[in-house]
Amino acid sequence: MSKVRLATVWLDGCSGCHMSFLDMDERLIELADRIELVYSPLVDPKEFPDSVDVTLVEGAVSSNEDLEKIRHIRKHTKILVSLGDCAVTANVPSMRNSFRVGEVLDRAYIENASTQQQIPNVSVPTLLRQVLPVHSVVPVDVFVPGCPPSADTIHYAITELLEGRTPDLSDRSRFGA
Amino acid sequence: MKQPSSRIKTLKIDGQDVGAHEDETVLEVARENGIFIPTLCELEGLSPHGGCRLCLVEVKGINKLLPACVTYVEEGMEVTTNSTRLQEYRRTILELIFSEGNHICSVCVANGHCDLQSLAQKLGMYHVSVPYRHPRRSVDASHERFALDRNRCILCTRCVRVCDEIEGAHTWDVSGRGIEAHIVTDLNQPWGESETCTSCGKCVNVCPTGALFEKGKAVAEMAKKRGFLPYLTLMREKRTR
Repeated sequence: MSKVRLATVWLDGCSGCHMSFLDMDERLIELADRIELVYSPLVDPKEFPDSVDVTLVEGAVSSNEDLEKIRHIRKHTKILVSLGDCAVTANVPSMRNSFRVGEVLDRAYIENASTQQQIPNVSVPTLLRQVLPVHSVVPVDVFVPGCPPSADTIHYAITELLEGRTPDLSDRSRFGA
Repeated sequence: MKQPSSRIKTLKIDGQDVGAHEDETVLEVARENGIFIPTLCELEGLSPHGGCRLCLVEVKGINKLLPACVTYVEEGMEVTTNSTRLQEYRRTILELIFSEGNHICSVCVANGHCDLQSLAQKLGMYHVSVPYRHPRRSVDASHERFALDRNRCILCTRCVRVCDEIEGAHTWDVSGRGIEAHIVTDLNQPWGESETCTSCGKCVNVCPTGALFEKGKAVAEMAKKRGFLPYLTLMREKRTR
């Protein structure tokens, strides 16, 4: 049996969902018999591969770089999973949406900076006007809410997908959990 | 209040034959018979408001949906509480509520104790398909013990009703219309300067979300205590009998 090609990506999030993914502990070793992790912050490859079966997306879409990445990933992924509240709702990153980008940058880099007050503009991606949930930018197949979703929830979602089923998360996760 | 002399009506809810007093609502009868109808603005012990529309039900022969909390029983009524259409509408209502304010469950004092959050889970609302509005709303932390975060307010008016009907102070009210509507204390003065507020905390405890909370509570610490409400109502009903 050929292995299922899995990828994970990290957009605008705190990496808590990836920590929760790692919290699957010994179950990761069992999963390794059935999946190949072809792209992830946890493995080496730098380019997103051409053909991926399942991609777990952590984080909201906040910058033009996020936007390019997620569009590219969607093109090369069969099943796209919004993993965690940032991907599903835009969550904490979206709290800047009630303000203009300029106001937010001023607050962080000028008003609250005691030294070197300057807004970074070299080799950093441009922020979008609004932070967006993944499904508002590209179609998403599975939603796994939670902040972060527990290791059990992630394990359940992945094993259901490996069995060719759509995971039913009704009793397993919710916004904020 | 149920008068012993009130007449009995018979009706069907989800195919089940049920009997009810004529002065009962569809919601009350459904609950008595163990039939779940989701609610959000409704709270036992307060007058019904009919604002959230989550309790909408289908009644045979009527081509619009009726809110169960303010619809009284009628003889021969046939009520459907959980059709696919109703489930879809309810999820959409929740999506609209989530998109209207700024509801960030993960950093909310009421995380894990929130009626809106748990209803989303219960009714299978896992993502919001409409665009979020991200309005800029104010916080009033001028009260000594409590605070109001309007970002999390869903305008259920439970606070307005409990303050008026149970505490008798009527400190809270709704100001503005439509999308501009928001709750205010007294004549839109800071809560801490309110002359009518008795600081009883009933509003805080009936609030379904983290909009009203006790100061000093961190994320997920604001559990609400609502046991007092049916108790107070029951005692008053006994006294007026």
